[in-house]
Amino acid sequence: MSDLQMTDVVPLVPRARTGVGHVAPLLPLEVSGLRLDVGGAALLDGVDLTLAPGGCTVIMGPNGAGKSILLKLLHGLLAPSSGSVSWNALPATQATARQALVFQKPVLLRRSVAANMDFVLKARGADRGRRDALLEDVGLAHKARQPARLLSGGEAQRLALARALATDPEVLFLDEPTASLDPASVLVIERIVGEACARGTRIVFVTHDIGQARRIADEVVFLHRGRVAEHSRATDFFPEPRSQAARDYLAGKIIV
Amino acid sequence: MQSIGEAFRLAFTLVVTGEADLYEIVALSLQVSLSATLLACLVGLPIGALVAVSRFRGRGLVLVVMNALMGLPPVVVGLLVYLYLSRSGPLGFLGLLYTPGAMILAQTILIVPIVAALSRQVLEDLHAEYAEQFRSLCLSRWQSVTTLLWDGRYALLTVGLAGFGRAVAEVGAVIIVGGNIDHATRVMTTAIALETSKGDLPLALALGIVLLVLALGVNAGVQSLRMSAARHAMVGASHV
Ligand SMILES: Nc1ncnc2c1ncn2[C@@H]1O[C@H](COP(=O)(O)OP(=O)(O)OP(=O)(O)O)[C@@H](O)[C@H]1O
Ligand SMILES: [Mg+2]
Repeated sequence: MSDLQMTDVVPLVPRARTGVGHVAPLLPLEVSGLRLDVGGAALLDGVDLTLAPGGCTVIMGPNGAGKSILLKLLHGLLAPSSGSVSWNALPATQATARQALVFQKPVLLRRSVAANMDFVLKARGADRGRRDALLEDVGLAHKARQPARLLSGGEAQRLALARALATDPEVLFLDEPTASLDPASVLVIERIVGEACARGTRIVFVTHDIGQARRIADEVVFLHRGRVAEHSRATDFFPEPRSQAARDYLAGKIIV
Repeated sequence: MQSIGEAFRLAFTLVVTGEADLYEIVALSLQVSLSATLLACLVGLPIGALVAVSRFRGRGLVLVVMNALMGLPPVVVGLLVYLYLSRSGPLGFLGLLYTPGAMILAQTILIVPIVAALSRQVLEDLHAEYAEQFRSLCLSRWQSVTTLLWDGRYALLTVGLAGFGRAVAEVGAVIIVGGNIDHATRVMTTAIALETSKGDLPLALALGIVLLVLALGVNAGVQSLRMSAARHAMVGASHV
């Protein structure tokens, strides 16, 4: 259960996007009583959450806490057993097209790196001219002609990020996007995500890397056993987490 | 009647010297079965892909029927096509009976279920991997289907090959709707059946050898294509 109401949070970054001015923004997000039961087990057990416009929310929590599942529910890929997800009054499934999700396991088409980018740009009717700049950004320009599925784990994740950015999403979900990256690449990804955030893309970032969370988080949602154990500003969370689970997690204790 | 050894020797001579009658028969076989395979793929692949990406009531029943139709007896298909194409049949005006066109039609019907059922399996596995990404991108069903067909193209070659193998080897359907007419509708299988019954073993054997070599050759070709595709990670399971 969330023990903090985030209603007093002001937008961290003003959203300054072009071309969507006539459409209502997707934020704020209101999640209430979100449950997902599979085979008698509650994978999510009553999640209440409010996300204000702008900024970077980091979701943390032990393995199996339900982080990936929560992202998929917010993105409209899974239907909840009960409860609701409301993107500024839009149901999750109607917000999907304006968002992008970088999966924990990147799903790459059996095509070249460049063709993977083209596919997404075409599907979203976006300008294909941006492809090379995006690949350049994630350091994959020199691999453009290579089969995507021969990329290393880290390269695959960088391609998945470039592909997600290609859709120019209003909300970008990232599920441990730097889990298999070398330290330099981690910083590159953080810079790219930070730039997207500065341009007004709402970031929801799952990570186990506490140092990374400190660097990028404006606020932290700590999940534990399918519930929100804590939802705090980053400046409050890291010095002094209020939930026992988060304290143990940050102290490196095994929690289940 | 010659000894078997003699028959083999004559058969090889026929194959090597490129005897005209023999190659006419082989050419027609290829023309009919390749056309049927192409048509069956045009019809069967979209069916397989659509079933692979769709969830609907009665889907289980559709799968059972698709799988059952893979075992359609060629003579039954031949008989049905015959009834439709015969002069008094609903399609009799086409005048197709006893032409290669009728044989293509019969073989197409015979292998559409094979192409549909096998491609459904291949594409469903691929879709299981891609489905969440597709939904994240809000792809239409049509976009999903075309993407699966393109990305699964190397795996689907094997499906086409299975269809071709069935078509080129069957005798029951083409003999009924084609009639095994010399220089018109005689293909390898019907010729082998006829020549064997007439006792002309060298010609029957020669055709049998060509049929075997053809089957091996097509298999080897597809296999090497798949291997080169695998080297480029265009087929097979995800590496991550
Ligand atoms: N389709 C499913 N059916 C049944 N259980 C599932 C399914 N998907 C996930 N789970 C279970 O739900 C729980 C939460 O999964 P989830 O992937 O959200 O964890 P996570 O917090 O992302 O963990 P990690 O840090 O390891 O990525 C896990 O215990 C997992 O086994
Ligand atoms: Mg996860």
